[in-house]
Amino acid sequence: MTDRIFGGLMVALAAFFIWAAFQIQLSFITDPLGPRAFPIVIGVVLGLTGLIVALRPDPEPDWPALPRILEIVAAAVVFFAYGQLLSVLGFLICTFVAGGYLSWRLGAPPLKAVAAGAAISIGIYVVFHLILGLALARGPFGI
Amino acid sequence: MDTFTQLANGFAIALTFENLFLAFVGCILGTIIGALPGLGPANGVAILIPLAFSLGLPATPALILLTSVYYGAMYGGRISSILLNIPGDEPAMMTTLDGYPMAQKGQAGEALAISGIASFVGSFFATWGLVFLAPSLVALALLFGPAEYFALYLLAFATLGGLASANQAKAALAAALGLGIAMIGVDGQTGVPRFSFGEVHLYDGIDFLVAIVGLFAVAEVFVFLEHKGEREAADEGDKLSVTGRTIPPLSMLKETAGSMGRGTIVGFFAGVLPGAGASLGSFLAYGFEKKLKNKNDTFGKGDPRGVAAPEAGNNASAGGALVPMLALGVPGSGTTAVLLAMLMTLNVQPGPLLFQQNPDVVWGLIAALFIGNIMLLILNLPLVAVFARVLLIPVRYLMPAVAMISFVSVYGISGSSFDVMMMVIFGLLGWLLRKMEIPTVPVILGILLGNAMEVNLRRELTISDGNLMALFDSPLAITLWLMAIGGFLIPIVAGRFFRRPEGVTEKEAEANVGD
Repeated sequence: MTDRIFGGLMVALAAFFIWAAFQIQLSFITDPLGPRAFPIVIGVVLGLTGLIVALRPDPEPDWPALPRILEIVAAAVVFFAYGQLLSVLGFLICTFVAGGYLSWRLGAPPLKAVAAGAAISIGIYVVFHLILGLALARGPFGI
Repeated sequence: MDTFTQLANGFAIALTFENLFLAFVGCILGTIIGALPGLGPANGVAILIPLAFSLGLPATPALILLTSVYYGAMYGGRISSILLNIPGDEPAMMTTLDGYPMAQKGQAGEALAISGIASFVGSFFATWGLVFLAPSLVALALLFGPAEYFALYLLAFATLGGLASANQAKAALAAALGLGIAMIGVDGQTGVPRFSFGEVHLYDGIDFLVAIVGLFAVAEVFVFLEHKGEREAADEGDKLSVTGRTIPPLSMLKETAGSMGRGTIVGFFAGVLPGAGASLGSFLAYGFEKKLKNKNDTFGKGDPRGVAAPEAGNNASAGGALVPMLALGVPGSGTTAVLLAMLMTLNVQPGPLLFQQNPDVVWGLIAALFIGNIMLLILNLPLVAVFARVLLIPVRYLMPAVAMISFVSVYGISGSSFDVMMMVIFGLLGWLLRKMEIPTVPVILGILLGNAMEVNLRRELTISDGNLMALFDSPLAITLWLMAIGGFLIPIVAGRFFRRPEGVTEKEAEANVGD
């Protein structure tokens, strides 16, 4: 079933991609093929292979139970928040929270997870920023 | 003799203090990256590229650092194969078959030593192969026009799934997905935006480094979250320590010398072929050795030859895979795709012109590979117990650190949180694709090569004034087209003969993707 749904989605994506390719504006500089043709060919390949996957699906993959899927979604949400808040809270705080959260979810006891978050955050800061001079996002305290 | 002069110049470049130091750091990092299950050469190198880039390393030192990591990972993968029965990276999978039984018999030290020496033999001779084969491939590549390049890229996609590909439709779908992503952004030839839907961040296209780190490293974090608990319970039970002698007896060396030689040859050619990569190299080397030498049914029960052959094979194919990547600009495996990404980031275009315009880069790199190899042999024989200790770091502390380093690394490219978001999206996509057994390497290759492929197609059609037949104009182009079509169709017919034996496929799911 998974392959059928995914294949169907890919056919839809291909249709959208081809439609979007036709919307590409043509410029006054032209070559025989133009900017639309190659994307259209790719869209056709994507659509055809999607169709094959939908029509001849592989055995069902081994999906994890719902709690595990939620676990992955939750981690993704934390990562998104990390990306959004990086410019507000700065590297140290964000990394402490995200690293600690991940460590906790991967099975560390809460206190150790807090320690792991702090160690990861400070460790990366020291190695990559202080020693190697990489620019990291600055937080409210200027670090 | 010209080759030797250039190689000598290469040594002059590689033997500076800075480059030696980078090679040393790369070897240590690589061995650790290879040894840790969940961190393979492809994602290890992927995370380090943006770092090397933001640290402002020039092309040659950056390449030396990252290929040392690549070679080091090929050495490191065997450590967890032998001690934990979990391959540290995908190419080390075959090493579990005889390596772990040897460790169970109390011969872990011998297994590590033999495989370390086999790794050295494999990569040492493969690097010589690179020295002699790459320049002749360059001579051939100079005959390439846009039509030939277009056909060559097609060949790379068609064969990427390899002979063991289970489902060619899925491999082609993955390639189309990658090529489609490459189309996003301003068209380089006419200057019109494509598929950017007014979003300013998309005008420059999607940075392939963001996609690579997402598809490899972040996806790996999701895989660990999915399987948390399961693996650690298994780990505690069968963790073996380094027992036995770490200097192997001479008789064992004599016994395995032939296996190393054969593994090297098989592995090197598997590596040079487009789309094979190190996993297939070790797989074929093991299979070949077993067919030849399994008279007393000792394979799979701790035969040292079953450790020597695949390890020589995977290291030799790692060297072999560099040949098409450097000479043609077409990578044959996940990790060489990542190395290509790094060259492109540094504005070095691999291919025949690289050998003419930047001989210092190529020969400095090759010399560094020789030096790195010797460093790795020294690091991996007496010090193997130290690296084995790294395996004791629990996943729950290791993976968060790896994840956060990938974030830092991607943020370092542009300092934009948009890239971080894109990376997470690619991470989710990578997890989904892996669940569905859709290979992720063609996606990466599509993103990397999409624009070059289109440019060559359009250039050829501009020259021929729109005549499509110009794509099949030369014997070389026709040959490449036929090879591409054959390479795509053969696995559909013959794929099951090359598929991995039962039992290994389960371990494959645990090892990470894209050697």
